[in-house]
This record gives sequence, structure tokens and C-alpha cells, in this order.
Amino acid sequence: MTAATEVDARAIRRIAFNHRLSHWDVKLSPYLYISPFFIVFALIGLFPLGYTAWVSLHDWNLIGGQGDFVGLENFQTVLAQPYFWISLRNTFSIFLLSAVPQVIAAIAIAAVLDFNLRGKTFWRMGVLLPYVVAPVAVALIFNDLFGDKYGVINQLLNTVGLESIRWHVDVIPSHFAIATMVNFRWTGYNALIFLAAMQAVPRDYYEAAIIDGAGRWRTFWSLTVPLMRPTIIFVIITSTIGGLQIFDEPRMFDQYGQGGASRQWQTLTLYIYELGWNQRNFGRASAVSWLLFLIIILIAALNFYISRKISATSDKAIKVRPIKARGIS
Amino acid sequence: MKRFPRPTIVAAVAGAAAFALLASGCAPAGDSSESEGGKIKLTVATFNEFGYEGLFEKYMEENPDITVVAKKAATSNEARDNLTTRLAAGSGLSDVEAIEVDWLPELLQYSDQFVDLSSDDVEGRWLEWKEEAATDADGNLIAYGTDIGPEGVCYRSDLFAAAGLPTDRAEVATLLGDSWDSYYAAGTKFAAAGTNVPWFDSAGATWQGVINQFDNAYEENDGTVIATENPDVKAAYNSVLDASSTLSAHLQQWSDDWTASFQNDGFATMLCPGWMLGIIEGNAAGVTGWDIADTFPGGGGNWGGSYLTVPTQSEHPEEAKALAAWLTAPEQQLSAFASKGTFPSQVDALESPELLDSTNEFFNNAPVGQILATRAAAVDVTPFKGVKYFPINDAMQQALTRVEDATMTREQSWEQFVTDVKALG
Repeated sequence: MTAATEVDARAIRRIAFNHRLSHWDVKLSPYLYISPFFIVFALIGLFPLGYTAWVSLHDWNLIGGQGDFVGLENFQTVLAQPYFWISLRNTFSIFLLSAVPQVIAAIAIAAVLDFNLRGKTFWRMGVLLPYVVAPVAVALIFNDLFGDKYGVINQLLNTVGLESIRWHVDVIPSHFAIATMVNFRWTGYNALIFLAAMQAVPRDYYEAAIIDGAGRWRTFWSLTVPLMRPTIIFVIITSTIGGLQIFDEPRMFDQYGQGGASRQWQTLTLYIYELGWNQRNFGRASAVSWLLFLIIILIAALNFYISRKISATSDKAIKVRPIKARGIS
Repeated sequence: MKRFPRPTIVAAVAGAAAFALLASGCAPAGDSSESEGGKIKLTVATFNEFGYEGLFEKYMEENPDITVVAKKAATSNEARDNLTTRLAAGSGLSDVEAIEVDWLPELLQYSDQFVDLSSDDVEGRWLEWKEEAATDADGNLIAYGTDIGPEGVCYRSDLFAAAGLPTDRAEVATLLGDSWDSYYAAGTKFAAAGTNVPWFDSAGATWQGVINQFDNAYEENDGTVIATENPDVKAAYNSVLDASSTLSAHLQQWSDDWTASFQNDGFATMLCPGWMLGIIEGNAAGVTGWDIADTFPGGGGNWGGSYLTVPTQSEHPEEAKALAAWLTAPEQQLSAFASKGTFPSQVDALESPELLDSTNEFFNNAPVGQILATRAAAVDVTPFKGVKYFPINDAMQQALTRVEDATMTREQSWEQFVTDVKALG
């Protein structure tokens, strides 16, 4: 073999290796780039999830640590507790009272912000401001409003001659008060997401619709809303997951943070906290955590199913239902 | 965290949490043990106001080979979470950890995690019941007492005057008497005058006073739960609710309404541990007429107070013990009383003129030092507080609240209490 062919062979090998490198680069790099999220997620999301399952099968004290293996006993005990079911009821009630008005109000606010307002940035920032306020601070402010005896709302009701509402005693008023805090904090945030979706709707559609004689109301319902459906579904799913995990607001609603003397506003997360930190029974707390996890998965799956159906029909809706112009035929 | 956020936020939170874990898990263990230039570094963790600020400087001057680093938590809850978490983790605690009497029973279970602090030097330094509460079954003293909360009765002399009752604190003490019946009877008299002001703030606060006068209210000394069968508890429950139905403002202590009520003539009297004076003064700023009577229904009562412990995690337990002993000596505790009003638990401090001569301007210049010292001496019961004391007492507080806010009848609420206690397992 001559020296020249040897050099050639080496060069070819090098080129081949470079090729292979760039091939790997193309194939593997994207995964490398997104890996930090998944590594961190595995560390602080997946691992605790598995560990919680392990804890839920044991007697486990906050300080004393691991005790005997008890199988599914913690789950049985917890499911037999009336407070578990009350918490479940409260969680869904507060979730519905907050999520539904929140999404509707957010769309309405977004629609208003979508107009050509003076000082656009000012209004948009203004809407987001409540989101910046810490939930604890929100709770402090709202607790002044929702005081049973000396709260602002009840004082106003009394001056008009109406009875005081017992915010911290009756179930529905307490849920309403907590939902108000949640809505205060999240409506503006969702409004901005909706606003972004609205602005992504091509303006020609509107022009065409207006030429066809559609009014504002008509374009909103027949154009804006159908085109925003994916965003609406996204917001609904995220508010579902968040809504089922409401903690700060009910915890700060009174000075004890246990959800009331009859558990009027105890949510599942508060119940977990009570079991884990008040009773120091980590086994039962973990069992409830897992039940909550399963409930959220169930609801999310349901949401996903419904949203698939809706988005499928929404595509059709746009194509099949042409805007009927008024006057001109 | 309320909402499951978008991925970027998840990542940010994840990162922050990971760093927080690293920071909280590893750092303190390192810095509490390190010796700098031959100096021993001792960390002291307290909460709220212990009044120790100037004292650390003084200790370092007297002991040049020791550096004291103070850590202060804003609330006792925060301190408790920190303590239990790190106790569970097995590292990261300070060399001297302050604890509140409320969590003492829970910690006594794990008394092997704390250095036995008993020594001849501190023998008989504290009021007997204060020291007894910090001693475990094997006779180990796990904590040095700092302050206590002897209870008197605070009252509004202006409202008393409006109802035609005496206002002078000695006469008021006679009026209130020294039994619960006489205290409630005085309330009935007050209500009869038609002032339309409730007598006391809440059934729950009154319950605290009543229940702390039983040796074994909820648990036997061996930890057996007797709360639901104990006739004393049921009787106390009924008597407090009887009184509350006509005399209570139905305000839950520490609620926003309760705080606001100080500015609205919410109630005329309240059971009043020493540390409550500062809280009343803060909430009732601008209101004149508060005073304190040298009596307490049913004898004496103590509510709250703190201790210093040395966790076995400390790398310098001897030095930490010496520091804790010095801080809880009568002289130092008196200086803390002067700066932050924490009422000392040391026998010698209770007799010192510095304490006995102190007065409180807000409370009509009452000789609070003298009054509280007498109240401390009147405490003759050390209620047994086992592991389940606090969850049970919590359930009882809620039972009383349910009756006060009329969401349940007295019997229903008791049934719920029984269920709750059973659920504690």
C-alpha cells in the first residue's frame, strides 16, 4: 500500500466520521436541547410522584419517618372519611365557580382590548396587574372585604338594610368569596392569552365579513370565537388542572387555614396539608395526593376527549357555515 | 402554587425549587459547624421577638472564641415547619433552636434528637411546672425555659363604668372572683345593664383558659386518648357553651373580625396572658380604657411561652448548651423582658425589683410585672399534653365554633368532635 492511498483512506475515514457526527448532531441535538426540562421534571416531578405512592402504602410520620407497610389501608381509611368527600365537593364547587365566570369574563375583556383603544399597553398591563400580586396579599385584601362582622361588603349591605352574608360560615358564600379571589388573580392573565389568539385571526376575514354586512356581534360569534377554539380549550384545560389544586386562597381565607370549622371551604389540597402537617400522617396525606392526581388525570382526559370533538366540529363550522350577508343576496 | 403553569414557568419553578433544595438541604449543615480561625461558630434560631439582639454581642465579648450567628423566623409556624422538616431530614438545624411550648409534646416523643440539658448549675432555675413540661419520661431535660404566659383578665374600664360596674382593678378582681361561675356571673350582670356589648371575645379563647386547668383532659399520662369519654371535657364543653350563648361576641380569636373588633367595642373582657398585652395594645391603638385585673377564673392559668433546645445534630453541643444556659439565666431574661416584654420563667427573675416595678402605660399604668408575677405563682396545674393534644384541641375549637356560628347544634357538633378524634387514629 502506498503512502498516498493511506492518506486518502484516512481522509475518507475522517470525512465519514464528520458525516456521522453531523448525522448525530441532527438526530440527537434537539433531544439534548430539550433534555434539561425533562431531567428536572424527572427529578422534581416524576420521582416525588413515585415516592409519594411508596409513602402512601406505609404508616409514615412527618418526623418519625417510615413505619410499617400497610398496603392500601391508608386509601381505605381516607375514602371512609367524610372530610375527604366534603373536600372533593368543595374542590369542584370552587373550581366551577371560578373557572366558568373566569373564562367568560376573560373573553369579554380580551374582546374589548382588541378594539383600537388609546393607550393599548397601559390597559393590557393593567389587566395583568392582579396576576403579579402574590395570592397571600390578595387574600389579605379580600379578607377585609369578606369579613363576617366588620367586612366592607357586609357593612355596605347593612347600610342598605340587608342582612349580613356569613362568608365564613355558610358553604356557598365561602366558595363564592374564594372563587372571587381566584378570578381576580387569573382573569386578566387568561384575557391576555385570549387577546393574543384574537390578534392572530387574519384581519382580511373581518374585512370580508364586514363587506358582507356582518356587525360586530356577528363577527365576534361567527369568526373570532370559532377561530379561537384551540386557545379556549387550552385555557380550559390549564384552569381545570389549576382549579382542582386551589390552595393559597382557601388556606388564607381564615386564620386557621383548615377550611372552616365544618370544613365549609376545605379543598383537597388543604385536606392533604391537614393530614400531613397537622396530623403528621404522611401515609394518609400521600394517599389523598394520589387520589387527587388520579382525579385530575380523569378530568384532563375527559377534557381532552371533549376538546377533540369540539375542535373537529369547529373546523367544519368555519367552512360549512358561510356568513350570510344581510341585505345583499 | 395554584395553577399548573406553562412549561417555561414549570422549568423556572423547577430550577428555583432545585436550587432552594440545594440551598436549604446542604448549606446550613456546612455553616453551622464551621470554625473560623479557631473560633467556634454557633447558630441560634429564634422566631418573633425573643429580645436577644444585644445579648449575643455581650456573649461574644465575654467569650472571644465563640461567634454567635442569629437566625430569626418571622412567625412561630415558620420556625416549627423548619424545625420539623430538618429534624426529619437529620441535618440543617441550628446549634440552639428555640421552640414554643405548643410543639413541645410533639418533640418530647423524639427527645433522643435533643441533647439532655440537665445540670447542677441550672437546677431549680425555673418555675417547677415550666421545667417539668420539658422533661421526658426518662428524666432528661430537653429544653431550657425562656418566657411564660401567666394569665390575668384584661378588661375595658370605660365599658365597665358605662354598665355601672366598678372600674378600679382591685375591685374588678373581686367582682370577677376566682371561679368560672363568678366570672360568668359578672358577665350576666354586665349584660343586664344593657350596654349591648358582649362579655368575652369567643368560646374558643375561654376554652383555652378552662382546659388548661385539667391535669389530663384529653389523654392519660401513657398517651391513651380519653377526650371523648372524659366527663370533665363534656362538662366543660357544656358550661363554656352555656356561657357563650349569652356572653360571647362569637369572634374566633385571630380572625380579621376579631382584630377589627378591638376598634369597635367588640367585647368587654378577655383572658389575658402576658404576651397578649402587646397584641391588645397594637389592635386597640387609640382606644382608652384597657386595664388588667389580678385574678383568673378557676385559679391560675398559663398560655404559651418558649424554650431553647440543643439538637443532637449540633457539632458543638457543649458550647451550645453553655450559650443556651447563659441566655436563659435570670439576668439575660430580664433584659429580654425590658426590651420585648417576654415574661421570664426564672424564679429569681420573678422576684427581681426590675420586673416587679414595671408598669404598662397603655393598661392605665397597671403594675403588670407585679400582677403577672402573682398570676405565675397561681399556676398550680401542669396539664399533660401528649402527642395528640393539639389535633384534639383543634377539633374541640372547631366544635365550639360550629355551635357559636350555629352551623350545628351542640349535640351534633359533639358527635362530629367524637368522629374527628377517632379519625386521628
